[in-house]
Amino acid sequence: MDNNWPLWEVFIRSKSGLHHKHVGSLHAVDAEMAIQNARDVYTRRSEGVSIWVVASSNITASNPENGEALFDPANDKVYRHPTFYNLPDELKHI
Amino acid sequence: MENNLEQAFQAKIDREEKIEPKDWMPEAYRKTLIRQISQHAHSEIVGMLPEGNWITRAPSLRRKVALMAKVQDEAGHGLYLYSACETLGINRDTLYEQLHDGTAKYSSIFNYPTLTWADIGAIGWLVDGAAIMNQVPLCRCSYGPYARAMVRVCKEESFHQRQGFEILLTLSKGSDEQKNMLQDAVNRWWWPSVMMFGPSDKDSPHTARSMNWKIKRFTNDELRQKFVDVCYEQAKVLNVKLPDEDIKWNEERGHYDFGAIDWDEFWQVVKGNGPCNKQRVAARKKAWDDGAWVREAALAHSNKRSERLKNKKVA
Repeated sequence: MDNNWPLWEVFIRSKSGLHHKHVGSLHAVDAEMAIQNARDVYTRRSEGVSIWVVASSNITASNPENGEALFDPANDKVYRHPTFYNLPDELKHI
Repeated sequence: MENNLEQAFQAKIDREEKIEPKDWMPEAYRKTLIRQISQHAHSEIVGMLPEGNWITRAPSLRRKVALMAKVQDEAGHGLYLYSACETLGINRDTLYEQLHDGTAKYSSIFNYPTLTWADIGAIGWLVDGAAIMNQVPLCRCSYGPYARAMVRVCKEESFHQRQGFEILLTLSKGSDEQKNMLQDAVNRWWWPSVMMFGPSDKDSPHTARSMNWKIKRFTNDELRQKFVDVCYEQAKVLNVKLPDEDIKWNEERGHYDFGAIDWDEFWQVVKGNGPCNKQRVAARKKAWDDGAWVREAALAHSNKRSERLKNKKVA
């Protein structure tokens, strides 16, 4: 029998106003214990003001092999960037 | 096909791009990393034992809270590293089993005993000092999760070394008895610390490959030299003598020359015949076995709760 406790991914907001950021993972039997463990493992020096834990099994990730299909189409759409547009230098506040 | 993948993989590493868990990697790269990261994690966990030995006997409350925080950090470092290792497709219990049955190694330094309070200082100065020297380049390791874990570890490790040095500095200004205790600890910890960098480059067959994969950035001997150079100067501040008659400045090389390392001792300890090998693994196994009922109970409790929740929803 597999006695490994489930794996959880831990996300920490380092201070309010910032996104939660992935910091690592840990094992815990449930979400509550995962939060407690995350506090001990990842915030011993005031690294955070908020913690998210997500069961790793609930995360769906894109496959690196599909990277080209997913992300390359953006490369030839330069018109999505402000620098694509030629405007005179004397134009201000734009 | 395999060849193309391998070339693309190496090209990516050469461009200093990180390898992430789901990326293709050669089996040997995966195996090397599992071995290295797990060995590193086990070292952090076993490393708590020699220091834990002195928590209840720390000479003041200030020293005691610092040592407890340090030992707790070691546990944390072990956990960051185990979680990095698991991203390579091995589970936690298997890693523990490998430690307990001896298939996985941990740093030999932790097979030496902590006989006096000065040993806690010497561990901070020399053992953590050597560890930092090893670990800082690992922050740039090609495997993303390992590199990120090492950034966290290194941030915390500097407190460890400073608290150790402060312990020794206090002893160096104390009574003759305290000064002797300091010198005795340095005498016993110096050579094992020098050996922490591993076998000499000529006896380290995998170094070239690991350097090519950018798992390693410097060879064992390069790091060892750096360590000796730094420690020689620091020893002056403590007014202690490093137990090496041959250590002297070499103008030509711009480094300190140092005496021959007793590699027989090194291999004896690696093979399990160090002063505390059996004790360390036994303590680790006992903690694991004694905790089995807690792990089972927690899992059973959680399963019961989710069952109940499910039944409630149905009703």
